[in-house]
Amino acid sequence: MVNMAGSGHPGGSLSSTDLLTVLFFDQLNHSPKSWRRDGKGKDMFFLSAGHLSPVFYSVLARSGYFPVSELATFRKLGSRLQGHPSIERGLPGVHVASGSLGQGLSVACGAAITKMLNGEKNFIYVLMGDGESEEGQVWEAAMFAAHHKLDRIIAVTDWNGQQIDGPVSKIMNLGNLEAKWNAFGWETSVVDGHNLEAIAEAYQKAKANTGNGKPKMLLMKTEMGQDVDFMQGTHQWHGKAPNKEQTEAALKQLKETLGDF
Amino acid sequence: MNEKYINTGNKDTRSGFGAGLLEAGRKNPDIVALCADLTGSLKMDAFAAEFPDRFIQCGIAEANMIGTAAGLAVSGKVPFAGSFAEFVTGRVYDQVRQVVAYSHTNVKICASHAGITLGEDGATHQTMEDIGLMRMLPNLTVINPCDYNQTMAATLAIAEYEGPVYLRFGRPSVANFTPAGQKFEIGKAITLIEGTDVTIFATGHLVWEAIVAAEILEKEGISAELINIHTIKPLDEKAVLESAAKTGAVVTAEEHLVAGGMGELIAGLLTRELPKPVEFVAVDDLFGQSGEPSELLKVYGLDAENIVKAAKKAIGRK
Repeated sequence: MVNMAGSGHPGGSLSSTDLLTVLFFDQLNHSPKSWRRDGKGKDMFFLSAGHLSPVFYSVLARSGYFPVSELATFRKLGSRLQGHPSIERGLPGVHVASGSLGQGLSVACGAAITKMLNGEKNFIYVLMGDGESEEGQVWEAAMFAAHHKLDRIIAVTDWNGQQIDGPVSKIMNLGNLEAKWNAFGWETSVVDGHNLEAIAEAYQKAKANTGNGKPKMLLMKTEMGQDVDFMQGTHQWHGKAPNKEQTEAALKQLKETLGDF
Repeated sequence: MNEKYINTGNKDTRSGFGAGLLEAGRKNPDIVALCADLTGSLKMDAFAAEFPDRFIQCGIAEANMIGTAAGLAVSGKVPFAGSFAEFVTGRVYDQVRQVVAYSHTNVKICASHAGITLGEDGATHQTMEDIGLMRMLPNLTVINPCDYNQTMAATLAIAEYEGPVYLRFGRPSVANFTPAGQKFEIGKAITLIEGTDVTIFATGHLVWEAIVAAEILEKEGISAELINIHTIKPLDEKAVLESAAKTGAVVTAEEHLVAGGMGELIAGLLTRELPKPVEFVAVDDLFGQSGEPSELLKVYGLDAENIVKAAKKAIGRK
């Protein structure tokens, strides 16, 4: 997809593929064919780190939200698959636009309050990046969610340790991220973000602990560019498209590429 | 003469908002209100007392408030998010842009203490850029009512309108003169006084100043038409063009900078469709300062006397 578009963000998309795949194919209470923007009676998913659009669109298409063939329009003129998610052309699965970072958790808080007021027992999921957590608004939302006891929010951080300019530890060290979320009143777990059983277990546990008044943060330890040797563990592929040869080399290394991209 | 515009007693427009919010909340159980630690200043306390579950305290964290409002809207609620005008525009511009305007969420951004008549707090709080910032955003409706009654009516109207809205009102007690219970039609300008020599297009607190100005002009034999532009976006272009064609001279009056304001919007329309002399009563590239509202209006050239001067100048350029 990113190769065909000639631009995009492969690194973070690969690091969050496993955690999103488990969520959409195993955990989420959703109905892709009859998706509603207001999420009535269903779980809701918000992608805060909008640049993870390649993996997000892939997971949506393969879950049945829209035809897989539409993935070829990514970043092209007139496409519903904008570079960063948009609602303007009505892409099923997208509740609000994202791309300017740090805003998704706040939106999730609003949706969680609606569910609380309506007495709906659904979960609200948000996917954020670790670099994104440098945005101040994330911590405004963290305080807010704990204060209002929004314990049906399950936030996931794709903790790949990389951002555009380099390793997160060198660019803006987040320090003890687990302690920070705990201190903000969240139930926080550190999870191996490339172990499918561990990921599923973490989601299950977060759901099971509803009622304790604490929003949930799953810090998923991942590798930027997971499973592609020349992309893995480096910030170099945060926002760069592979060429044809690189794409072929990468797809050969992946255990399952579904053969279409 | 203008006897029909009688000041029934000074009142603040923010109290009109508070009264409208309470009434709208009684009509529609999906209406929720959010505030960032300024509940009393925004006059949202009556709503909060009657509907404690539907009032969401956000603390001093406006960016999160706007995002939360968007999440409430997308899931079916009708959120009214309030703070001082500066803090729900300039401080959170990117949030309003991405999750409200671009995302078409049904959020009502409620901006009190707009303009220079906020007074003594000084320039950090006196935004005169907000109309420009908000009207630049596609999809957003921008409304600036003129008195208590009209602010209440506008609040009720936007509660029933589907789409993102910026509602601008203020702190000082000003003349309350529009009829109580008058239906508020979004995007429909109101002709307050008919005239033939010059048209004054006024918005917000300066509508009353313009009424006073029209009375002064009439005593001097000048017939001024006065139109209340309570909705800045979408602009009632038909009303502007018809009146400008009739009088041939235009004054715009607003508690805002010239840059980005209603005056520029009207001047742009006339330049394209019907070139006529236009004079701006607005602040030209300056920050405000502490002072009493009436003093500030005078010093910054926004009172009735300045509207009179501008009218004469516009007529002289015909």
